[in-house]
Amino acid sequence: MLVYLLRRLGQSLFVIAAMAVLVFIGVFAIGNPIDILISPDADQAEMAAAMARLGLDKPLWEQFLIFIKNALQGDLGRSFVYSTDALGLILSKLPATLELAFLALIFAVFLGVPLGMIAGLKPNSIVGKSIMAGSIMGFSLPNFWQGMMLILLFAVIFKVLPSGGRGDTVQVFGVAVSFLTLDGLSHMLLPAINLALFKTSLVIRLARAGTREASLQDYVKFARAKGLSQRRIVLVHILKNILIPVVTVLGLELGNMIAFAVVTETVFAWPGMGKLLIDSIQLLDRPVVVAYLMLTVFMFIIINLAVDMLYCVLDPRVRLSEVRA
Amino acid sequence: MRKSTLLCAVSLAVVLASPAVAQELTIGVSAEPSALDPHYHNLGPNNAMRRHMFEALVLTDENQRLSPGLAASYEPVDDTTWEFKLREGVKFHDGSPFTARDVVFTVCRIPTVENSPSSFTVYTKAIAGMEVKDPHTLIIKTDSPYPLLPNEAASWGILSATANGVTGDIGFSRDGCSGIDSYPKTEDFNSGKAAVGTGMYKFKEFTRGEKVVLARNDDYWGDKGEWATVTFRPITSDGPRVAALLAGDVDLIENPPLQDLERIKSEGFQVAQGLSNRVIYLHLDHEGEPSPGITGTDKNPLKDIRVRKALSMAINRDAIVERIMNGVAVPAGELLPQGMFGTTPGAEAEKYNPEGAKKLLAEAGYPDGFGLTIGSPNDRYINDAQVTQAVAQMLTRIGIQTQVDAVTASTFFKRRNAFEFSVYLAGWGAATGEMSSPLRALVATPDKAKGYGGTNAGRYSNPEMDTLIDQALATVDDDKREALLQQASQVVIQDYGILPLHFEVTPWAFRKGLSFVPRVDQYTLALGVKPAG
Repeated sequence: MLVYLLRRLGQSLFVIAAMAVLVFIGVFAIGNPIDILISPDADQAEMAAAMARLGLDKPLWEQFLIFIKNALQGDLGRSFVYSTDALGLILSKLPATLELAFLALIFAVFLGVPLGMIAGLKPNSIVGKSIMAGSIMGFSLPNFWQGMMLILLFAVIFKVLPSGGRGDTVQVFGVAVSFLTLDGLSHMLLPAINLALFKTSLVIRLARAGTREASLQDYVKFARAKGLSQRRIVLVHILKNILIPVVTVLGLELGNMIAFAVVTETVFAWPGMGKLLIDSIQLLDRPVVVAYLMLTVFMFIIINLAVDMLYCVLDPRVRLSEVRA
Repeated sequence: MRKSTLLCAVSLAVVLASPAVAQELTIGVSAEPSALDPHYHNLGPNNAMRRHMFEALVLTDENQRLSPGLAASYEPVDDTTWEFKLREGVKFHDGSPFTARDVVFTVCRIPTVENSPSSFTVYTKAIAGMEVKDPHTLIIKTDSPYPLLPNEAASWGILSATANGVTGDIGFSRDGCSGIDSYPKTEDFNSGKAAVGTGMYKFKEFTRGEKVVLARNDDYWGDKGEWATVTFRPITSDGPRVAALLAGDVDLIENPPLQDLERIKSEGFQVAQGLSNRVIYLHLDHEGEPSPGITGTDKNPLKDIRVRKALSMAINRDAIVERIMNGVAVPAGELLPQGMFGTTPGAEAEKYNPEGAKKLLAEAGYPDGFGLTIGSPNDRYINDAQVTQAVAQMLTRIGIQTQVDAVTASTFFKRRNAFEFSVYLAGWGAATGEMSSPLRALVATPDKAKGYGGTNAGRYSNPEMDTLIDQALATVDDDKREALLQQASQVVIQDYGILPLHFEVTPWAFRKGLSFVPRVDQYTLALGVKPAG
């Protein structure tokens, strides 16, 4: 276990370092942030002064060395646009994104697994077929279009839910959250559905395939022969066995929802991290983009580790030392 | 019991989601200010937000004409000295009175703002000295005659010296003022601590990416604000911003997409449109030989005035405005719209004349045209890439085989500044609202010391015009200066140094029951929103 964790840590450090180099050079190649940030009124002297203030007058390698030196001390730089600590800026957006991602995850699990199991147990019934047809829609309709349609339907036509924004928040341990107020929840509902639709469809498909496979296994036949109720067979024996692929995929998807909910957050003007990322890329706010992607890599590493641990719980045959990452 | 709680909750949700009650105004903006610090970032969204909370000595009205603000009057005493008479009885949000010392404090702070991505020092660098004659009289000295001082004074959001811990007199010096212990930090404005101005509205709440909330200043010296609170919500994508208006979540939005205007009107909302100070132009390479984007000839045909004139004549500006801008633009014959300071009355856009253009090309020795690539951003100006496409087709029609190289703004600027384009499309909004702004930046011979030609990536150079600008910028008398600027503008236009295409018209959309005053500077100000009737 310890050896496994150490090896995992080594790999992670390498990935983070490689990411830093790639992202830094990549963003550098796009353009000069000053061209975007500075008022067109500024003359050449002011332009040079602004470059110097932001450290952009130095050559690439020197800027990179300064960045690495600061990063090793835990400082990922200052946002060019907001003049605040880049990591702090990202983390300030984290709660909004997390609550949205978890609500979407809850939708995906508690809708996706049961629906998928029903479709798997009764593959030829009308219910089973409609569920599968619905899941194809969830897959194939573009995310931003789904979002716009949700807004059009619930906000513009029926006027029952707000079209975007975060709504009222309350402070919990100094962090502003929406899910504890009614207004906040009503603002969360549409973006969470938008974010969850694709994941739910994915879970339905995985759960259905798993259920169909498991239903034919010997242990299920044996349980049935033993006279166990259908309810117990499905809820204990089948459910537990189909969860491994679902957990794997949801782990990765959770990471995706947190880091790259860009489309949903943009469409619903949800002030989360994905929105910050896309804004920062457009403004060439290099410190924020770099810090963001570093943080993302770090988060994926943690999530994958957690997923591996969960395997252990779900399937006692899995030993962590055997898993090759 | 549970049922009734639920019912209650649902009706509450409906109330909360319904349009804001009277006295409250919610505005959906397309870009949020990067900070509430009035001197941090010299950029549209910041400058617009600043005006609600921090006023300047001089105000610019919706047509960018100057009017007295915190200064009741101002005039040049001699060529290099200005006297500002300050308004009496004005109070800051914290109750402290406004005096000349606050102006000195503000000008002193501007160069000290840390990490500013675009500093306001461009508007204070002409100041050589400041002197407080009495609490309501301020003398400002410049090195040389500087007629633009009032225009520039309109961009200093005045802070309170008292609120920032200054007790005695302030000694002004370009290299750092005396009598000031410390300046407020940018974060202090974002948190509201230092957000103390004299404006019609005061700071209430700021959550980045979510909202800026302002409250009415009940002690305002002029007409009080119409709204108890004003909320600005950044909604960066066009579609959702329109949806927020249609859903009644916001009362007013800026920059609705042109193609949605009909739909918005048909749903019972109102649209206001105003001509902006932003000109969309084509800049031409006047230096490269050969020029990077031109094929089929070793020379740079753009150096020949006949070719430049042919390009201009080949462009059907009316068609671009009609078809691509949905009529929401005005063809341009100069770099500023008619009526603004320094424009020539009656200056019209070039007439569309493809036959004449072909003749001119043949005369210049290019009867079969040549190959050309036009550079353009695709996310900076209204329908920018489509406009460039249309121009390319029109040029192809007179024999110049034209291709379009449209890229995202950040990449476009980088390549433009490296002179990679023979012809490029871009836009210019005149921050000072008068002709010297576009002339100085776009077509004056690049000169670092004078601050000329900062955006002249076509490297146009015309000594005659440079001299005229030099003279204009040293002429304090308004009439004489305007005549010089008109002359300078005509020199460039008749030399086809730059080809103006059209002026953007800025649209706003809002619910019934409001009135809104469109602004030339494209700012969305709650100050201009009133209940109709």
